[in-house]
Parts: sequence; C-alpha cells; structure tokens
Amino acid sequence: MNNEINNNIEVISNQNFDVDYFKEKKINFRIFKDKFFKYSTIAGALFISLLLAYILFYIARQGISSINWNFLTELPKPPGEIGGGVANAIVGTLIMILLASIIAIPVSIAIGVYLSEDKQTKLSYWVRTGLEILQGMPSISIGIVVYVWVVLQMGSFSGLSGGIALAIMMLPVIAKSTEETLKMVPYSLKEASMALGVPYYKTILKVVLPSGLSGILTGILIAVARIAGETAPLLFTSFGNPFMSADVMKPMNSLPLVIFNYASSPYKEWHNLAWGASFLLVLIILILNITAKIISRKWKIKF
Amino acid sequence: MRKLFSGDKIYRGILYASAFFLIVLLFGFFITFIFESSESLSKFGFGFITGTQWDPIDSQFGALPFLIGTLITSFLALIISFPLSLMIAVFLSEYFHKGFFHNIIKTAVELLAGIPSIVFGFWGLFVLVPVIRDFQTAIGIEAYGVGIFSSAIVLSIMIIPYTASISREVITMVPSDVKEAAYSLGATKYEVIRRIILPYSGSGIFAGALLALGRALGETMAVTMIIGNSNIMPTSIFSPGNTMASVIANEFTEATDSTYLSALIEIGLLLFIVTAFINLIGKYIIKKTARFS
Repeated sequence: MNNEINNNIEVISNQNFDVDYFKEKKINFRIFKDKFFKYSTIAGALFISLLLAYILFYIARQGISSINWNFLTELPKPPGEIGGGVANAIVGTLIMILLASIIAIPVSIAIGVYLSEDKQTKLSYWVRTGLEILQGMPSISIGIVVYVWVVLQMGSFSGLSGGIALAIMMLPVIAKSTEETLKMVPYSLKEASMALGVPYYKTILKVVLPSGLSGILTGILIAVARIAGETAPLLFTSFGNPFMSADVMKPMNSLPLVIFNYASSPYKEWHNLAWGASFLLVLIILILNITAKIISRKWKIKF
Repeated sequence: MRKLFSGDKIYRGILYASAFFLIVLLFGFFITFIFESSESLSKFGFGFITGTQWDPIDSQFGALPFLIGTLITSFLALIISFPLSLMIAVFLSEYFHKGFFHNIIKTAVELLAGIPSIVFGFWGLFVLVPVIRDFQTAIGIEAYGVGIFSSAIVLSIMIIPYTASISREVITMVPSDVKEAAYSLGATKYEVIRRIILPYSGSGIFAGALLALGRALGETMAVTMIIGNSNIMPTSIFSPGNTMASVIANEFTEATDSTYLSALIEIGLLLFIVTAFINLIGKYIIKKTARFS
C-alpha cells in the first residue's frame, strides 16, 4: 500500500503538477483543448464504427443476393455457367471444424486443468509461455509444420491435416479460458466435496469442471469462431477440392479457401460465389461470438 | 483404498501428459523448422537475409525484399492504427465508460476482431484497391492499386482491436485516486489523460502496440490478396511487393525442388522466431504493469 502511494506521488510530481503550471495557461485555451480532444476522440471512435458498419453492409449487400437454395446445395460450376453453389465447401468446413474440435478440446481442457492445479511450478511456467507463443504464432507457420508432419507422411493433401492444423490453433484459446474459469471456482466447493470423501480426481471432474462449464464452453465457441475463417493453415494442408468429398484422407474444400480461390479469379460468377461465401462465413462467426457472449453472461460463476 | 489412489494417479498422469504434450509440440515446431530449412540455412547462410535476388529458376534465394516488405507494411499499419486505437481506448475508458455509446463502440471493436482475414482481403481488393488506384492516377504515379500502401491500410484496420482492447484494460487499471488528485488540482479531463493516464499506462499501451505488431507481421491472407506479389525490392510505399507470409502462401505449393522448399520454410522459421519474440516481450510488459498497479 505504502509502495503504491509512493508510486502515485512520484507520477504526480514527475508531471509538474504545481499550481504555477495551471496559472500560466489561459483557462479558455485549456478548456478549448479539452473540448477539442474530446470531440476528436469521439470522432475517431465513430469513424471506426462507421467503417465497420460499411464493411459489414458491403459484404451483406454483395453476398445476400447470391445466397439461395442452390448456393447451399450445389457444387461449383465451371466458369461462364450461371449458378452453382458451395455445398462441398460448407460440408468441408463443418467436417474440419468437427475434427479440430475432437482433437483439441480434450487436450486443451486437460492443459487448462493442469495450469489451474499447478499454479507456480516450473512446468506450468513453461506451459504458459508455450501457450503464449502458440497464440501469437502466425497461422501460416502452423500450416508449414502440419504440411511437413502430416501431408508429407501421408503423401497427399487431406482434410485430416487441415483439421490438425486448425486444432493446434484452437489449443491456446480453450486452454487459457479453461484456466481462467477454473481459477474463479471457489476453493470451498472443492473442500466440501473432499470432506464428503470424494476422491480428488472425481472432485475435479464432477464438481469443479461442471461449475466452470460456461467459461469452458465460451472458450470453445470463441476458438471455433477463430478457426472458422482461417485460410492460411489450410492452403497447404486441406488444399481445396472442386468436388464433394467427405473423405478426410482426401483434399477437402472449405469456405475460406473458396473465397481465396474465387476472389482472385477473373470471372464475375465466381466473384458472386465468393461474396456469398464471405457473407455466410461472417454470419457464422458473428453467431458463434454472440452465443459465446450470451453463455458467459447468463451462466457467470458467482458464489 | 487402492482403487482410489490409482484413479488419482491416472488423473495426474493425464494432466502431466497433456502439459508435456504442449511443450513437446512447440519443440517439435522449432526442430521441424530448423531441420526442414537446414539445406537453405547451410547453402545461403547469413546471405539469405541480405540477398535481394529471389529467383527460383536460378536457385538464388535472398529474402531481403520480403523482410523489407513485411517491416514496411507492419510498421505503416501500426502508425496508422495506433492513434485510432488509442482514441477508442480513451473513449471507452474515460469518456463513455458505460451506457449506450460504450456498448456500440465496444461491440464494433469486437466484431472487427471477428471478421476473418480473408474477408478483409476480399473487401480490400474490390473496394480499397480501386480507390487507391484512382488516388495514384490523380497524383501521377504508376497506378497499380495493389501494393504495400493498400495492404498497410487493410492491416491497420485489422489490428485496431488488439491495441484498443489492451490499452483500454491498462487505462482502466490506473488508480482513481491519482486521477482524482489531479482533478482536485483543477486539471481538465484532457490534462488528466495527457499527464496522468498516458504516462501511467504507457508501458501497457506499448505492449498492446507490440502485440498488434506481432499480428501484423504474421498476417497472411489479406496481405497476400492485396500486396501485388512481386518479388523485387519495393521502390516506394506504393509499389507492389511481397511479405514473408504472403510469399509462403503464394509459392509453397509450387515449390518443387528441395532448395526452393527449404528456402520458403526458412522464411517461415524467421517469421516464427520474430513473432514469438515480440509476443513474449509484449506479454511480459503487460504482466509487469498488471502487478505494478
């Protein structure tokens, strides 16, 4: 406390907050500066929100006209032909997200539980550092490593390798949110369960984890929202596929890949498909984020 | 009784295993990068970073154009986005710390963070690039439209949420008694922000900028679509170029011979090390500021 006060005093005295400083400046000029700063701040914040609204509106306007039943159920057609859809990409995206979730969720929850258990050991320090590195790692680097580990070994691009790359991206998000949530579960809950003679692992599995469920669920949804739009790690893992394929050992298409491939093509019809895919992707991610928010607000841990 | 203990042992075992798994995974990343790029590492050595020729046909690989491209786009993006992010942070924490406007701006920033990079790239290609092209025609330089400047603008929009959210967090951590002390001396809000809040939260804001820089360095898809993909040294901020991430995205699947592939992986290694370094410094500073206040 003393230390804190000293720090505060230091900050104030460093900034020349003596009375003379205020007397020197004309009060009107100071008020003007204050107003000017306030309004420019508001203008800046408004500018960003208008820009975002414009981007969203633009995507929606371009995309909504190409979304219809055919868009959702048909395969892409060759250039020049009107119509066609991205059914294979939707299926591919869903399969790869499912694969990634199956791989990442158990491991990352276990890592999160570990971090909330061993708060200050050497291993937990390194795990935390590792998670931070992984979180900040460019997605394209993850793509390269999965290419070397999985694609080269299997001999072909595959949906499975795409799922693995996405799983690695999900890991830090879920692990971090699990750790943060479990930290908030009060110790008395654990003690009550232990006092009833419940073994420690059952206490964690049946008491601590369920009471932190909302936080873990939020983390999973945010992680899925993060990977749903990822393109870079898929470029050389799942690669893309113009045909319908649910075989995880074969190349697989996904919505972000469709956008990338069609956006850089010269055909107007393909651009329309890409706008439709963009709109769909943004919509999915928005819904995931909103759901995550509602869950975390509704089932907040409070004791 | 024995059953009870064995359950706990399995439980601990699983936890340790997954913790070790993460460490092993990261080491695996590092070793894979080193191993796979060893051919290019030994062949070009330090010249890889300083060489300006990127010629796959001649098997000449120098990554300087991409290094320069990455640095210019990222720092330009940071310079453009930093004042705006700071404005949003101050807006949310000082001027409107709750209420209708707070929620609107806060949601907007969160939405901005959610839009995938590929969609930003697509939007930039069809909306921003024509605007930039008109601008270039107007000032009388070669009108590419695509290029370093366009990518920097799109990048700057993409990294605003990172700086803004971290800055907002550190600004709200400034103790209110310090602020109140300044107010009681007759300071205006601007003076409090300028002379109390910003100095107090300076290192945290710096860390936020660092993390945003890390994002910008590794950002791939949006940049790949807008930067123009030219492998020569950029001559101005309007000229097309390539960044480290975008050259990997463009050429990785086309790389047929092993030197080419290992050169691309070496770029990946550089990217990995630089971003890891920047992130760790940023996180360290944030942790320190959190303890300080």
